[in-house]
Amino acid sequence: MSLAATVTDPLVLAAAATGDASRVATAANAAYLVAALLFILALAGLSKHETARAGVTYGIGGMAIALTATIVLAVDGDISATGLGLLIAATVVGAAIGLQRARVVEMTGMPELIALLHSFVGLAAVLVGWNGYLDVEADLDGAYARSLDAAGLLGIHSGEVFVGVFIGAVTFTGSIVAFLKLSARIDTNPLVLPGKNVLNLGALVAFVGLTAWFVVEPQLWLLIVVTILALALGWHLVASIGGGDMPVVVSMLNSYSGWAAAAAGFLLNNNLLIITGALVGASGAYLSYIMCKAMNRSFISVIAGGFGIEAGPSDDTDYGDHQEVTAEGVADLLTNASSVIITPGYGMAVAQAQHGVAELTRHLRERGVDVRFGIHPVAGRLPGHMNVLLAEAKVPYDIVLELDEINDDFASTDVVLVIGANDTVNPAATDDPSSPIAGMPVLTVWESKKVIVFKRSMASGYAGVQNPLFFRENSAMLFGDARERVEDILRAI
Amino acid sequence: MLIGVLKESRPGETRVAATPATVAQLRKLGYDVVVEPGAGAAATFDDAAYAEGGAQVGPVNDADILLGVNAPSPAQLDAAKPGATVVAILSPALDPALVEDLARRPLTALAMDAVPRISRAQSMDVLSSMANIAGYRAVVEAAHEFGRFFTGQVTAAGKVPPAKVLVVGAGVAGLAAIGAAGSLGAIVRATDPRPEVADQVRSLGGDYLSIESPEVEVSATGYAKEMSADYQAREAALYAEQAADVDIIITTALIPGRPAPRIITAEMVASMTPGSVIVDMAAANGGNVEGSVPGERVVTDNGVIILGYTDLPGRLPAQASQLYGTNLVNLLRLMTPEKDGRLVVDLDDVVVRGITVVHDGALTWPPPPVQVSATPAAQPEPAAAAAPAVRPGLTRRGKVVLGVLGGALLFALTSVAPAQLQQNLVVFALAIVVGFYVIGNVHHALHTPLMSVTNAISGIIVVGALLQIGHDDPVITALAFVAILIASINVFGGFAVTRRMLAMFSRS
Repeated sequence: MSLAATVTDPLVLAAAATGDASRVATAANAAYLVAALLFILALAGLSKHETARAGVTYGIGGMAIALTATIVLAVDGDISATGLGLLIAATVVGAAIGLQRARVVEMTGMPELIALLHSFVGLAAVLVGWNGYLDVEADLDGAYARSLDAAGLLGIHSGEVFVGVFIGAVTFTGSIVAFLKLSARIDTNPLVLPGKNVLNLGALVAFVGLTAWFVVEPQLWLLIVVTILALALGWHLVASIGGGDMPVVVSMLNSYSGWAAAAAGFLLNNNLLIITGALVGASGAYLSYIMCKAMNRSFISVIAGGFGIEAGPSDDTDYGDHQEVTAEGVADLLTNASSVIITPGYGMAVAQAQHGVAELTRHLRERGVDVRFGIHPVAGRLPGHMNVLLAEAKVPYDIVLELDEINDDFASTDVVLVIGANDTVNPAATDDPSSPIAGMPVLTVWESKKVIVFKRSMASGYAGVQNPLFFRENSAMLFGDARERVEDILRAI
Repeated sequence: MLIGVLKESRPGETRVAATPATVAQLRKLGYDVVVEPGAGAAATFDDAAYAEGGAQVGPVNDADILLGVNAPSPAQLDAAKPGATVVAILSPALDPALVEDLARRPLTALAMDAVPRISRAQSMDVLSSMANIAGYRAVVEAAHEFGRFFTGQVTAAGKVPPAKVLVVGAGVAGLAAIGAAGSLGAIVRATDPRPEVADQVRSLGGDYLSIESPEVEVSATGYAKEMSADYQAREAALYAEQAADVDIIITTALIPGRPAPRIITAEMVASMTPGSVIVDMAAANGGNVEGSVPGERVVTDNGVIILGYTDLPGRLPAQASQLYGTNLVNLLRLMTPEKDGRLVVDLDDVVVRGITVVHDGALTWPPPPVQVSATPAAQPEPAAAAAPAVRPGLTRRGKVVLGVLGGALLFALTSVAPAQLQQNLVVFALAIVVGFYVIGNVHHALHTPLMSVTNAISGIIVVGALLQIGHDDPVITALAFVAILIASINVFGGFAVTRRMLAMFSRS
């Protein structure tokens, strides 16, 4: 009896129950359809500033409808009082934690939070998959298992359990590693195991083999083995990617978490989960694709993981001497300039300099200086990371431009402030075919009349490549913490 | 060590190798400075000013380092202390007699005009600093001779057309001339065999006239080089056409160590309208213009004025001296690593090696060539540079084959799937397509909010767990409980953080 409550398939429900139950299931399916459409509207809305807030509202609406329908379905089924209590307790505790985290998170800490949230989806997918096994394969004499067997779907169910658990586990450990790397709790250098591609490929082959075995003979130990295998694979995939490629990794994991949800949808035969998972998976994949193009990396090798092998400091070429400049000097330059472009990077986030930069922008704009921002697609550790920081500091978004929009304007710009960016403004990417970052589109800041580089020291950037920009004749270095230096400039103005 | 600043011996030279300001900088490097009386008089620096800058004024016979603008005269060299170092514009490639003379003496001679064109040495490149001044001055001289406005005007008394200026050679001098002529209001055109300077010309407001040629000129030394016959024929046709059209021609074409190329012929000069002005900045090296005389103003039969002035930088003496003096300070800074007033001639340094003509009485000229890149982008073979820029994509045929294979595979899989799985696959496939199209034109600034909202939405997996809780099997219930809890963090946290982020975006 109670088993039927876990079944969402209307066909099976109709066969197993009568009257009310089937009507509730039909209503739930209708609600799911509405929710799925609202999710599509949510994503569509988020592609433009004007509709972004409406998009979030659609998303929340869709989620509310989906959750209500599911709870009604669960209540209508044979959920025990304890079960209902646990359900509510889990939701309330989860909601409280989630809202609390969302309220206190620093905007600079967004990448870590998002990576952590991805891992939750992965873990949930693993748990749902395991429950699918415990519900059906572990209890082959149960009513649900029999009805599946009768419909010839038992093998498919087993396969779906495996796929769901596998993707979920890869997402889980992958996101955990990404989280640890982003929050600098572990070494961000790529882990290079011997034959890492063979390891990855071997894990996939083993997965296919184990799936076939499990379909024929659903054994508990097989599920345990595949879970461990997937956890290890997820760890290895992301561990072998260097910290500099984290924006791509985060959006790739976003995609994986979507596919994990979709796999759970197949498992539970739930169209809402399939649609939502596919939406998220596709959008994450597309975002990763945009990132890859921005970094001139192959999309396939990103999905396969371990693409971020970077050369160390490539050589000790003598680039010559760099010039230094004082904050007062920069203030002079800025007040006499008619056009200024600011190109921030991860260093601005680290130094929390965005508020000072925004203040500086306001001052200069009041003086009639044309100030704009040039954002490289992979600046920061997350797609759009810089935009979020600047928005937090109330920089109007219509002066924040992306690489393609602003690259032609550097030549006619008086002063460029490079704040904590390095690889994204490295002329070696266009000049030096032997450079590890050769071919990556970069902001051509050196074409402007004067470039001021805010930097803590002369150390190389995340890609470990020396930056000839610093030694150009029209470049000057302003050393020190970006926030303090920006404040110095503000005082001098 | 003692630095002596020579009074220039060449007639008409107005510049001086040090100004009161650079004397102070030299002293900071640990040197003592002595200036010959009257050395800076023509550049408006009197002896008292040098004394104020910290220099002595007196004979330079005891100096260990002699700074000059032009090569010192034999008399000055005779008077120099044995073992002294002479630094000046020596033009060793053009003046072998001087090099021989220097090599006979127990001296070290450094030629400021031989600084290699590498970025590191930019701050001591006198050719650039002087050419910049000369280019500006060439325009001023031309404007002085040209009996008309540079800028076009519409006045109550009628319309004045703007002057048309052709600048031949867009090196430092050419670019300076383009900028100066443009700022006076003239229409400026420029030619140069190196196509990569086109952007530099445009950046200063000039039109770049390209000489259509299959030969792409990229020079390994950073200077232009001589071109083939075919190229020269096209070039001549272009100049003939331009000469008849423009009012002012400024030629800056120089090839180091070679006579200047003859670019403007007598026929071209004859085709110009009376009153037109030509400034031949290469006159000292043989001239780009037929009929130009070094140092002279020549008026042709048809009333075209040809200026062959060779002292253009010296016509702004104070500034030229200051810039040249700063070049010298930068060189001495490089050669005084300890800032203790001791000059170190490190022949392993390409800059020092490049300028050393004579070292302790031994001839070291010419130096081994230095491969420099004045044109960073175009320097390596274009193919090699372009290759990594765009990843090789699939060929068209490859894409078709891949598409067909994918379709066939999908068909094969779906056709054997049970009805229920088929339905799921249909939904799945359509949702993927919708996902791609919906996200397709996302604004770059919204990547992060989009990601956090998809994050929240993928918390929909909670639906699966919700249906599994309350199960008889306590293990299932426990797992479902955990799944609900973490998925709820995702749902609520994801939406809340997205709203918080979006609230920050504002338009000015």
